[in-house]
Amino acid sequence: MNARLLPYLLILPVTLFLCVFFLYPFILVAQQAFSNGGEASLQNFRDVIGYWKFPISLRNTFLLAIIVVPIQLALSLLMATMVSKMKKGRDLVLYVWTIPLGISDLAAGIIWLAIFEQSGFLNSMLAGVGAVDAPVNFLSYQNTFIVFLAIMLAEIWRATAIMLVIIVAGIGLIPKEYYEAAEVFGASPWKRFVKITLPLLRPSLQTALILRVVLAFEVFAVVAALGGTLFPVLMGEIYSYQFDLQNGGNAAALALIVLGISLAFTLIILRALRVPKGATI
Amino acid sequence: MAEIQIKNVAKNFGGYQALHDIDLTISDQEFMVLLGASGCGKTTLLRIVAGLETATTGEVWINGRRVDHLPPKERGIAMVFQNYAVFPHLTVFENIGFGLRMQKMPNDEVKRRVERCASLMHIEQLLKRYSGELSGGQRQRVAVARALAMEPDVILMDEPLSNLDALLRLEMRAELKGVLADSKTTAIYVTHDQVEAMSLADRISVMHQGRIVQAASPIEVYRNPAAEFVAGFIGNPPMNFLRAEAAGAGKWSVAGQTVDGPAASGPLQYAIRPEDLRLSDQGLPARVKLVEPLGAHLQVTCDVDGTAIRAVLDSDLTLKPGDAIHLAPQPDRVRWFDPNTTKAVQ
Ligand SMILES: Nc1ncnc2c1ncn2[C@@H]1O[C@H](COP(=O)(O)OP(=O)(O)OP(=O)(O)O)[C@@H](O)[C@H]1O
Ligand SMILES: [Mg+2]
Repeated sequence: MNARLLPYLLILPVTLFLCVFFLYPFILVAQQAFSNGGEASLQNFRDVIGYWKFPISLRNTFLLAIIVVPIQLALSLLMATMVSKMKKGRDLVLYVWTIPLGISDLAAGIIWLAIFEQSGFLNSMLAGVGAVDAPVNFLSYQNTFIVFLAIMLAEIWRATAIMLVIIVAGIGLIPKEYYEAAEVFGASPWKRFVKITLPLLRPSLQTALILRVVLAFEVFAVVAALGGTLFPVLMGEIYSYQFDLQNGGNAAALALIVLGISLAFTLIILRALRVPKGATI
Repeated sequence: MAEIQIKNVAKNFGGYQALHDIDLTISDQEFMVLLGASGCGKTTLLRIVAGLETATTGEVWINGRRVDHLPPKERGIAMVFQNYAVFPHLTVFENIGFGLRMQKMPNDEVKRRVERCASLMHIEQLLKRYSGELSGGQRQRVAVARALAMEPDVILMDEPLSNLDALLRLEMRAELKGVLADSKTTAIYVTHDQVEAMSLADRISVMHQGRIVQAASPIEVYRNPAAEFVAGFIGNPPMNFLRAEAAGAGKWSVAGQTVDGPAASGPLQYAIRPEDLRLSDQGLPARVKLVEPLGAHLQVTCDVDGTAIRAVLDSDLTLKPGDAIHLAPQPDRVRWFDPNTTKAVQ
């Protein structure tokens, strides 16, 4: 077998699979987005961007991403550092922390709905301790901040673990000797984290952040369960174009816009956390 | 002033006793070399002094202060790691300056020290590179420079020159010795290269299976090994041993010859260095087995009374395997060991 051809031959099945199930539908969607009544046009994009809900859903999606992702990053770094310092019971803790990963996002939304709704746990608790006389409707249009807070909490609870597992694996790859050297040369635990852990974790941070940011722009089910129409986000708009308004062209155009945003952020993250040549572990 | 005292230090790794009862004092500005075979516990001892490992029992004192419960950075030490531990994400410059940056030293002072240490180690042209772009020997020199840049009271070096070619090693050795003497640094230097140990050390501690067998000046370790292990470990080729049977008071029978020896009972080991044997008409009867011309001299392996004995002889001699010769030992260089305790007998 020709050694130069072999690698290509080996990735052929995967390539074919991707072409049939991803590339082809993608081309169809793109076609749909860029055509109007059978001819090429940008009308779908004009419609979508000009719609009054577009700026609101764009702002909401970004707001959620900008607040949730950094909190998740900090939390997962903290949790990963704690886990990797543990000697016993490390796996157990990790399993427990990753349980939310196994729950679908809609289910997660419903769990948090059960907490926040008018007959929910939070209200029973507040009534139980006498803090409120009658149950409060937290998730109403009068309390948009609480709606946002609930969505934020649900997202953090649900999706921090995905970053956690990537970062735990990444920390495990950093040789102990670098920490020892840093310790001998006078670095405090915080300095060791900043000067050794973070820079050597760049490849894992890249993966974790890209995954998480892309998922943040796709947020849908949690928002639908907790906020309904009170908190429009981009994915929800795509859904309503496609199924409520039966407008496949507009849905496709908005989907491509989300794709563009995701791609842009992926490139930014790749660039920002780039590891110079020769500087890998 | 930095005297290091290691008092009764022992280390047990989950059932495996890596160090037994180490007692060692390294005086201020002394260059102490730890010499021993692979796995004898040199790195472990160094890590205990550095504070990267806690001793199971015992104490470490530096400069009159007990330090075994202090973190490494409060011990006033710098270290060269056996596996270098050069930070991959920093350039050579930032690696060498790492400890100085941690002390928040001003930029120009960092630059001055980094450049001085880099030029000492002949790596000044590599300052902008990352460790992934360096050879093993270059990385090792970065590790040494990083420790030197700290200008510490105590420097701990774990085989810092092991990866350099012979010529460069010779040069670096001289540089190190000079720099450390100038800066009045107390040094513990681990190596298993005995030539290096001999040439650098004020004192050598020979380690064997987690114990220090002898701690003395290089010449003392060479001339008067305290134990059979030291005699067989130091010297290339090492000391020859022959079995000696008692033959009256202070008389011993060695390979059929009667020689003077210590007043002791029971069989002893008679030991002599290869270069202290001379070709002669009398002496130990030997049959030549192997002749190796080494240029400066001739290394001859002989059979003496069933034991292989090496002699370093004049290179002008013409010997060939099978020749029957006599090897005369220089009498004041003969040493005696008790095979039961393996200790030297006077
Ligand atoms: N963390 C550890 N856990 C268990 N055993 C260890 C540990 N570190 C070292 N040892 C054991 O202790 C002994 C001494 O190890 P050490 O690294 O001190 O040897 P060394 O003299 O430095 O050897 P070398 O010259 O090969 O570097 C070895 O037998 C080693 O297997
Ligand atoms: Mg070692």
